[in-house]
Amino acid sequence: MKRCNFGYFLAEGIRGIFIHGVMSFAAVVSTVACLLIMGSFTLVAVNVGASIVNWEQKNEILAYVDDTLSENDARAIESKIRAIPNVLECTFITREQAMENFVKDKAGDSLYRDLPAEILRHRYSIRLENIEDMETTVAQIEKVQGIASVNALQEVSNGFMTVRNIVGGVAIILIIVLLVVSIFVISNTIRLATYARREEIAIMKMVGATNWFIRWPFIYEGLILGILGAVIAFFCQWGIYNAIGGAISKTDTLSLFTVIPFRSMALYVGEIFLGTGLVIGVGGSLLAIRKFLKV
Amino acid sequence: MVRLIGVYKSYDNGVRALKGVNLRIDDGEFVFLVGPSGSGKSTIVKLITAEIEPTEGKLMVNGFHLNDLRASKIPRMRRTLGIVFQDFRLIENKTVYENLTFAMRAVGASREEIKKRIPYVLELVGLDKKTRRLPHELSGGEQQRVAIARALVNNPSMIVADEPTGNLDPARSLEIMMLLERINSLGTTTLVVTHEKELVNRFSKRVVAIDNGRIVSDGMDGYYNYETM
Repeated sequence: MKRCNFGYFLAEGIRGIFIHGVMSFAAVVSTVACLLIMGSFTLVAVNVGASIVNWEQKNEILAYVDDTLSENDARAIESKIRAIPNVLECTFITREQAMENFVKDKAGDSLYRDLPAEILRHRYSIRLENIEDMETTVAQIEKVQGIASVNALQEVSNGFMTVRNIVGGVAIILIIVLLVVSIFVISNTIRLATYARREEIAIMKMVGATNWFIRWPFIYEGLILGILGAVIAFFCQWGIYNAIGGAISKTDTLSLFTVIPFRSMALYVGEIFLGTGLVIGVGGSLLAIRKFLKV
Repeated sequence: MVRLIGVYKSYDNGVRALKGVNLRIDDGEFVFLVGPSGSGKSTIVKLITAEIEPTEGKLMVNGFHLNDLRASKIPRMRRTLGIVFQDFRLIENKTVYENLTFAMRAVGASREEIKKRIPYVLELVGLDKKTRRLPHELSGGEQQRVAIARALVNNPSMIVADEPTGNLDPARSLEIMMLLERINSLGTTTLVVTHEKELVNRFSKRVVAIDNGRIVSDGMDGYYNYETM
């Protein structure tokens, strides 16, 4: 592209946006709608994923120490447990602390208040890096000398795994489908705008304009509309997210969900919206104009 | 220069538009291509402008061999032609001046070239006082003059006018034809496709008649004889 043509293509692109204002408006609205739908699904998936990670981390394993070991001997096992791969955290709990927690849980019930700590065992509260390997890790912990038994809720961890896999899979499929639908919608919108200008294109072809000379103003037009759509969608997404996130945080029944603050994801969301907006805008323009260049 | 050697053209729907056409138009010539509707006139124009390819035969336009011309070279070939259509094909939301600028920009002309060339061409077609008008503010004859100016603005070797007077009354048609004759006298090869017998016969020019896909007469006497078709 000649440098002197850059200004001309840009000016023609901007001119095209204003001359075909209604179609430009429709293209921006379509881009905003598509990005919002895609963005909302992605953010829901990210938040569900974060909540699952949070639940996973709360999903502790309890390893009970053999009754015959003294507290010092029981503490000595910790290094062996920590040496097992996939163990993220390992906290020793004496039988006294365990009893204290137990009584606290049964607060108000005098029946448990005077129980001796000796009826409980020293134990380790263990958290895993990856609950997918829970079964193997539990087997390794059980083999540690001095560990009497291990209490792990494998059904719960399997449930988390299933939920995470389903949410991840559904999100990926939805995002791909929505991206394809978005490009289709935008390319049809721009095609309608281009259809009104088929005469201009035909004239340009007849006077000897190259295909790229014809394409550039449409590319700039798509680029500007894509950026505009992405910026509007970004701020709408921000507002919607904060409104819904705020509502979830205030609701007791949904307190299990971890709502990630939008600000911490704003840069990624902005980059993705901008990138997708550009792909939709430029891709849609190129797809739309292709047919009219065959003169 | 245009050369068609044994050119045949069949369309996908089975219509055989040209059946072995031989035609030579030398540089600087003024040629009327005449014939009834469906005779193959527009097919010859489309072949010359590389909108379609011949089914058989050789085709040369202004030094370009169109049979093996790569698609990327077609724009360069088209820059040697100025095309005028029956329906003017002006851009409605651009002024007279902008319609011409648009055509010059499309071939990469600089601002200086545009500023220099457009006033000259508009004066040539007699529209130098109407540069800021939009097409709908002009009469049919004036719109066709703008279309001719646009065809001329890139200084082509040849003007191809496809039924340029088809939408005009007899007086405006004569004016347009006289303008094309003047352009030809300045050195531009001119091919005018028409079926208007009276108009053709007012000029003593070469007349090539085509009927049913074949050239049936080619004379320098400027006479369009309907009865021979």
